[in-house]
Amino acid sequence: MKPRLAAHAAVSGRVGDSPRRADGPQKVRGEFPYSSDLSVDGMLWGSTVRSPHPYARIVAIDATEALAMPGVLAVLTHQDVPGSKVYGLEIQDQPVLAIDLVRYWGEAVALVAADHPERARRAAEKVFVDYEVLKPLTDPELALTDAAPLLHAGGNITRLVKIRRGDQSARADMVVSGEFEIGMQDQAPLGPESGLAVPDGAGGVDLYLATQWLHVDRDQLAEILALPPQKVRLTMAGVGGAFGAREDLSMQAHACMLALHTGRPVKMSYSRPESFVGHVHRHPGKLKYEHGATRDGKLVYVKARVLLDGGAYASSSTAVIANACCFAVGPYECPNATIDGWVVYTNNPPCGAMRGFGSVQNCYAHEAQMDRLAAALGMDPVELRRLNAMRTGSHLITGQTVEGPAPVAELLDRVKKMPLPPPLDAGRLDLTQMPGGVSNTTHGEGVRRGVGYAVGFKNVGYSEGFDDYSTATVRLFVVSGRPRAEVHTAAAEVGQGLVTVQAQIAGTELGVSDVVVLEADTQVGSAGSSSASRQTYITGGAVKAACEAVRDRVLVLARSELGRSAAARLEGDAIVSAAGEVIITLGTLLGDEVIEETREFRPRRTRRLDPETGQSDAHLQYAFAAHRAVVDVDTELGLVKVVELATAQDVGRAINPQAVEGQLEGGAAQGLGLAVMEEIQIKDGVIRNASFTDYLIPTILDMPPLRMDVLELGDPHSPYGLKGVGEPPTISSGPAIVAAIRAATGRPITRVPVRPHDIVST
Amino acid sequence: MRIACTVNGRARVAQDVWEGASLLSVLREHLDLSGSKNACEQGECGSCSVYLDGQLVCACLVLGAQAQGREVMTVEGLAVTDILHPVQEAFLEAGAVQCGFCTPGLVVATHDLLTRLPQPTIMEIREALAGNICRCTGYAKIIDAVHLAAKRMPPKRSLPLQGAGNSLPLPEEGAGGGGAKR
Repeated sequence: MKPRLAAHAAVSGRVGDSPRRADGPQKVRGEFPYSSDLSVDGMLWGSTVRSPHPYARIVAIDATEALAMPGVLAVLTHQDVPGSKVYGLEIQDQPVLAIDLVRYWGEAVALVAADHPERARRAAEKVFVDYEVLKPLTDPELALTDAAPLLHAGGNITRLVKIRRGDQSARADMVVSGEFEIGMQDQAPLGPESGLAVPDGAGGVDLYLATQWLHVDRDQLAEILALPPQKVRLTMAGVGGAFGAREDLSMQAHACMLALHTGRPVKMSYSRPESFVGHVHRHPGKLKYEHGATRDGKLVYVKARVLLDGGAYASSSTAVIANACCFAVGPYECPNATIDGWVVYTNNPPCGAMRGFGSVQNCYAHEAQMDRLAAALGMDPVELRRLNAMRTGSHLITGQTVEGPAPVAELLDRVKKMPLPPPLDAGRLDLTQMPGGVSNTTHGEGVRRGVGYAVGFKNVGYSEGFDDYSTATVRLFVVSGRPRAEVHTAAAEVGQGLVTVQAQIAGTELGVSDVVVLEADTQVGSAGSSSASRQTYITGGAVKAACEAVRDRVLVLARSELGRSAAARLEGDAIVSAAGEVIITLGTLLGDEVIEETREFRPRRTRRLDPETGQSDAHLQYAFAAHRAVVDVDTELGLVKVVELATAQDVGRAINPQAVEGQLEGGAAQGLGLAVMEEIQIKDGVIRNASFTDYLIPTILDMPPLRMDVLELGDPHSPYGLKGVGEPPTISSGPAIVAAIRAATGRPITRVPVRPHDIVST
Repeated sequence: MRIACTVNGRARVAQDVWEGASLLSVLREHLDLSGSKNACEQGECGSCSVYLDGQLVCACLVLGAQAQGREVMTVEGLAVTDILHPVQEAFLEAGAVQCGFCTPGLVVATHDLLTRLPQPTIMEIREALAGNICRCTGYAKIIDAVHLAAKRMPPKRSLPLQGAGNSLPLPEEGAGGGGAKR
């Protein structure tokens, strides 16, 4: 029993083209099967019983009434978890279902399966859990002290990262300091956590789902379900956005447990309020900085203390804090650095991966500091940045040499040179262009314009020695006389366009115009996750390597068939000579033969950070972007209108220029969201705005025009010279907006998202 | 509960519908039309935009029972053949589709906009689509797609639509019960 899955259209584009998306026709027709759309006959619906307390001891669970309700087939608790009762990406600290304690509001406690979604939901309300309510630990500063309750056996500090570079007692003529606070952002992918688990009748299970990494889900599920990995088969269904929210397990283990328990297919699909507790969020942070510089503006030292609130469970916190520290200074040369970064457990919602992954929080701080330093020195803020800009051959504060293009000064020059939007026209009232819009809150009085700049960077790919690789199988064969290439990987298409990019790479390497990408599943080797801006690099590299292996075999076959060894290549569905003449078509050469090759692609290894000094070659590649923001601020009401954004980014090589632009535009929107709109409001550990009515995501009215300058400088180490693209747009966009608000208002603005009272309070 | 209505030009009957079910769940769970999406189910994101008697509504805010005897058109009703509707074609060509979860709602809302205003200004586009959240694209390519579709949309009378779409009335004050997007 298998649900209907996506059918990708064939792609004929090459690297550098922008062909239509392979999944596009189904998506515009409303026929693309997302994980929440799946259905098979006789399926049950799963529902989750969740904790109403951020911290409590479970005294008893009584499911008698729920089990007696019509249509209810099962109620499961932690006692029904067949294998490992805890899981986690880095540290196995999160219960599949709460055991003796709940550590955050909304934590999963029990599961219900029923024959109708509404019956399942109502039965979940009739599972009575007796809690002994405990006082939650919600202040990350308190979590560092002995006064805090111990939330996990190993202590409340999930990880402390220390970076010590150069002279630890360096002094400088000019010193500026500041403290900054970042709110908790939600990834808010539109598609809910959802999927369908189908028992195979032989003790195994097939799970159709939306995830960022099939194999890490599979491996965790095998342990939880106490099954060998081959009995847990995962297949990708349509993914309605991810942005980090689908790195951790949500409904996966629960649906599989219910399916294996009842022997029936079980679907789970979260509501939007449930989604807010169903995935991790961007870490809120408190960052304290001190910058020392010479009188002519050269950075002498940076000292920073970074504190991230990891919430109740570790998720990927240990890697996020490493990023927050490694890139704490920003893309600048700085000979001396002292960075201490903590990520701690609290009873707040768990935090983990979100686009930008630790580099977003610190960018707000280092860019605000650079503006403060420029003001203190009487320098132009862009000139100060240019003066300290990282370049090829510079060193990170971890000691690693920056290889490949690092065009920080050039990116700044480019955004600065772009034309500015016209000033507000005081003579012609257009409410739609005012802060507050058609709410008619101002006719221009009190409105001030500001311009701000920011630049940021982060790592592409996994860091600190984590084995980064991907696997691709490529098959070349003939259909109706014409060659077709099939590409099979486990890489997650989350909307970024990866399916199309894989096809473009295969089309380029094999010279064929009919490339079909199969659905991603665990029948092929791991691709790693669609995160860290890594998939085009790593899975793209694997597809390229597998195609090269197929091409080698085709050329060997051609030589044996034709009896000559002239230099030749594959192009236009044929083997052509160096002069471009067709030697033989692939249709004729291959006949019934199927040529299939599988390859793994591994970039060079990285290393762990030294625990005392943080010195290490911990990263693979860096991606840089700069932004300029223009805002109008109603300084009387504290309302902000972002008038325009401009960006310049080096993408190495644009494999699909249209998809690259989409990343720059969409990433900037999420940056704008954190800067002025988006925050998960938490009071005493409870989320107060778990809906799209109360958690505000930028709409088409909020997003200004974006000027773009895409550089293709070519990384000598990566496939086609490409660089990861997805995250940099979310890093410096928000800090540029906040810089512009500071410029408009003259206020320090040390917290994001910026709220009206941050602008108008006295 | 049993609901009989016209969907995309065809008479359809949904059986055994829970009384509290929204039009969105009737479409998705009973009529096998999952093109209308369930992103917020609160009328905030527009992913479930459909026509009800020619009026653009969020299907999640319409009670299923309200559709009894009425005409519904969903994203699945836009392309009558293998050929995409110009709005669908434009979204694809302009790169306005990433994860695509908002796309069905935006395609329907854009269809409604261009039916009312064949050559909208950027501000009219922004205003008309302000009820449709997209988390991936930052909206720039959606605006491009609307402009592109406006160039290609045939005159109103020859729109390749079925059922309700053939005579799209302008929204009327108070018409159609709950769920109106404007």
